[in-house]
Amino acid sequence: MIKAILIFNNHGKPRLSKFYEHYTEDTEQQIIRETFHLVSKRDENICNFLEGGLLIGGSENKLIYRHYATLYFVFCVDSSESELGILDLIQVFVETLDKCFENVCELDLIFHMDKVHNILAEMVMGGMVLETNMSEIITQAEAHNKMEKSEVRAALLRSD
Amino acid sequence: MPAVSKGDGMRGLAVFISDIRNCKSKEAEIKRINKELANIRSKFKGDKALDGYSKKKYVCKLLFIFLLGHDIDFGHMEAVNLLSSNKYTEKQIGYLFISVLVNSNSELIRLINNAIKNDLSSRNPTFMCLALHCIANVGSREMAEAFAGEIPRILVAGDTMDSVKQSAALCLLRLYKTSPDLVLMGEWTSRVVHLLNDQHMGVVTAAISLITCLSQKNPDEFKTCVSLAVSRLSRIVSSASTDLQDYTYYFVPAPWLSCKLLRLLQCYPPPEDGAVKGRLVECLETILNKAQEPPKSKKVQHSNAKNAILFEAISLIIHYDSEPNLLVRACNQLGQFLQHRETNLRYLALESMCTLASSEFSHEAVKTHIETVINALKTERDVSVRQRAADLLYAMCDRSNAKQIVAEMLSYLETADYSIREEMVLKVAILAEKYAVDYSWYVDTILNLIRIAGDYVSEEVWYRVIQIVINRDDVQGYAAKTVFEALQAPACHENMVKVGGYILGEFGNLIAGDPRSSPLVQFNLLHSKFHLCSVPTRALLLSAYIKFINLFPETKSTIQEVLRSDSQIRNSDVELQQRAVEYLKLSSIASTDVLATVLEEMPPFPERESSILAKLKKKKGPGAVSVNELEEGKREGGELNGGGERGGDSSSTPSPSADLLGLRAGPPVTAAAPSAGSLLVDVFSEAVKQPSPTAFLRLFVCKNNGVLFENQLLQIGIKSEYRQNLGRMYLFYGNKTSVQFVTFTTTVTCPGELQSHILHIHTWNSLEPLIEGGAQVQQVINIECLTDFSDAPLLNIKFRYGGALQNLTLKLPVTINKFFQPTEMASHDFFQRWKQLSLPQQEAQKIFKANHAMDTEVLKAKLLGLGMALLENVDPNPENFVCAGVIQTKAQQVGSLLRLEPNAQAQMYRLTVRSSKDTVSKRLCELLAEQF
Repeated sequence: MIKAILIFNNHGKPRLSKFYEHYTEDTEQQIIRETFHLVSKRDENICNFLEGGLLIGGSENKLIYRHYATLYFVFCVDSSESELGILDLIQVFVETLDKCFENVCELDLIFHMDKVHNILAEMVMGGMVLETNMSEIITQAEAHNKMEKSEVRAALLRSD
Repeated sequence: MPAVSKGDGMRGLAVFISDIRNCKSKEAEIKRINKELANIRSKFKGDKALDGYSKKKYVCKLLFIFLLGHDIDFGHMEAVNLLSSNKYTEKQIGYLFISVLVNSNSELIRLINNAIKNDLSSRNPTFMCLALHCIANVGSREMAEAFAGEIPRILVAGDTMDSVKQSAALCLLRLYKTSPDLVLMGEWTSRVVHLLNDQHMGVVTAAISLITCLSQKNPDEFKTCVSLAVSRLSRIVSSASTDLQDYTYYFVPAPWLSCKLLRLLQCYPPPEDGAVKGRLVECLETILNKAQEPPKSKKVQHSNAKNAILFEAISLIIHYDSEPNLLVRACNQLGQFLQHRETNLRYLALESMCTLASSEFSHEAVKTHIETVINALKTERDVSVRQRAADLLYAMCDRSNAKQIVAEMLSYLETADYSIREEMVLKVAILAEKYAVDYSWYVDTILNLIRIAGDYVSEEVWYRVIQIVINRDDVQGYAAKTVFEALQAPACHENMVKVGGYILGEFGNLIAGDPRSSPLVQFNLLHSKFHLCSVPTRALLLSAYIKFINLFPETKSTIQEVLRSDSQIRNSDVELQQRAVEYLKLSSIASTDVLATVLEEMPPFPERESSILAKLKKKKGPGAVSVNELEEGKREGGELNGGGERGGDSSSTPSPSADLLGLRAGPPVTAAAPSAGSLLVDVFSEAVKQPSPTAFLRLFVCKNNGVLFENQLLQIGIKSEYRQNLGRMYLFYGNKTSVQFVTFTTTVTCPGELQSHILHIHTWNSLEPLIEGGAQVQQVINIECLTDFSDAPLLNIKFRYGGALQNLTLKLPVTINKFFQPTEMASHDFFQRWKQLSLPQQEAQKIFKANHAMDTEVLKAKLLGLGMALLENVDPNPENFVCAGVIQTKAQQVGSLLRLEPNAQAQMYRLTVRSSKDTVSKRLCELLAEQF
């Protein structure tokens, strides 16, 4: 099971946090800080897996992460997940974001937080993987986008 | 066309976010946020009704503020209004808010539940998915109560859209995890298994997570998934890389699903059906073969996906542990990965090999990689990889390579990361003890350990080295000499001083002949460290000093001088002062004879599980010490079976040199213990000097024969029979050593109430006070039950072994249920009597977690062993067990009824006992609750 998905930048500023187990808001923030601390001090090109911090369950859980330019994508998972599989999943997530936002960058995540959450929701639900097929995920995202646009247009027409 | 165009969105939100990002300081940011929060709050509270767009904007702002780590305590109501809207945009953001800021406010949940109910019945797949997501995200009990019945229906309904099915599967999984009791198995369960055959791979992907979880909890009910999973896997594995179109990831067909299928199969033993098994083995072989083919792409994603499947296949092979051919191939494959340039693969290979090392088929194959693993420990840049290497070395260690591995681990310790030092120290200490053929090597290793990583050497480790030195007189002189040398170092660790103080105090005489380590030199050396040490160490040193007075009368005046000095006798620490005063007095008043008796050499420690091992287990959880646990399990099994043979010698690692110890001259301890864990007792932990007397009692509640106790010296077997209120117990005492036990006496006592009138015990034949080496003697005890009782009689055993007095107290397994007479009765009678025993104090009930597998046959056997009649076809629920019996005591008969209700899903039992006497109900309930 995926316990949490965290995205933060090179300075540790959170850009997305999604917890699939219940923690208090305070603990969630501490987990983000702790995870950043663990991941950011690691060299590039070493192993993408490490034992989780104490707050999120210690050695029971693993942190699996990828570092893209200014952002860290970290998945905290328990022992029932395949490490390499999760690494692929992160890649699928990033590639999907890239397609949806056309060359995704940190700002996109900030200004379109709701959309990022929606895309993630198409992939992971309650800590389990819902869909891994990128074109399926993008199709869903596009459908939602279309619905949104038509509603906005209808609203504009009404206000005219 | 991009799915999200960058232009649209909300201007107010963008401005706010830019403001925050432009804040120069944390204070400025907080100020800006507080301003915004106040603004939103007033908008929400204001009279003017907000339109959906504004609400959405404000909720988005709140989400952003929350992400930055600020508490949000309002906005939930507005979010609920949004998610009740008919517009997708508003509904979506409302659900998002609730999912991110879960609130357990039940009033709120009720409103949300209403909206969810509407969405679930809307037949709009987008809305249905949003609602299912919300349930899965919140997952509260109230939601489970509201929807646990509905979701399985949506999942298996024929007309449900694929995307909704996917969401429903995972939503159900989430509810099952949080409230398993509310998700009732039913007609849908069999249809869920068939989702593995679904055309839509996304549905399979979601369903397999659900099925895996359900199978883990109810393996029998979901057994059919094995053959379905195998055929699905086989179709994927044999498909060309283009067959599965979008589910092909960098030329690998459906890697995620393959991994999940292989995981699902790990919930079950190898398939029994030959055809299915053949197909599966074929799949596994294909996967192993593909690893050797040239890659279809140079991209790392390609190799990742391929290897993800490969590692899962290897895990499955290890899990089955039955195909030597596949195991060796798996081991070779992992061996290749150990040298791979990808760090990730080296990490995973080390991790998988750890589990492979405990399989008897592949242990030897794993060992051939020792040099590579040692090299990894030395050269890997990444601490997480080095740690895996250390774990693997620990797992592959056996008698043949222990010296090499321990040496490597010790040298690694000098530079090891602080985070893993303590664990490394424990591992070195365990390996050194477990595989010590030559105990001077063991002593060297532990002293080195203290020298290199003294701060990380816990008390258990240095206690242990002292226990071992005391029990093995062939190593005592060497230990004294080595510790004396180690103490010469100008700066030595306090733990070294402790070991030194203890060992020289006991065995300093063994090296006193050498003028370089004469008594006074030894004393001065120890005393030179005194002032640098903490209070507990000083206390230990004072004890060493008084032992010196006994060992070496010539040091008496010097030591008395020290004890008499103000810094000792007026020490502000009470403990130290008391010791100084008492030791001084003792040394001046007592005659040499008395002193020699008081300060007699410590007797050998009896055997028990190593506290170090216990500590490592606690630290790492079961996985890390699987090999040892395995052995321990076997040892326990041996005892349970009551085999007089030392079943424990079948340790999983072949040890051709085990006999070396037996060849050694000199008595105390016989050949190597079955497992390192049981070499010695740890007198320092809470149960002093002997195993907890009740530990074995539990094993005999439902059976009458077996091994009551066993250590390195002695084995006690037991056979007993009961009729009415009388019992006879045969005790067999076996001397396991080659040396005779002298002044062997046993006494049976009934403590407290038990003695006065409750249980009458009579020892029949008296024993010879002598048991020859290897011999067995028998004793018979007659028991009469006068009235009901709850405590058990005590058996005390005393004997001398090699001069040392052994003293042991055990509880005899006489429990009230032994005096049961089974009573058969029909259903009608049972329930009538059950109702008659309806006073609250007549009933005792316990609800507890299952400690063993809930196997019906085992349960039946245990209940029969209890002595009651097991009544068939009485309880309307066939899962339940009911029993009836009468306890026969001299004073009265106590009728008892019992009902055991297993809940396989929750892995719990409810046990109810009713009997005409309250103390009996209570005691029976206590006794039985430990059995299942």
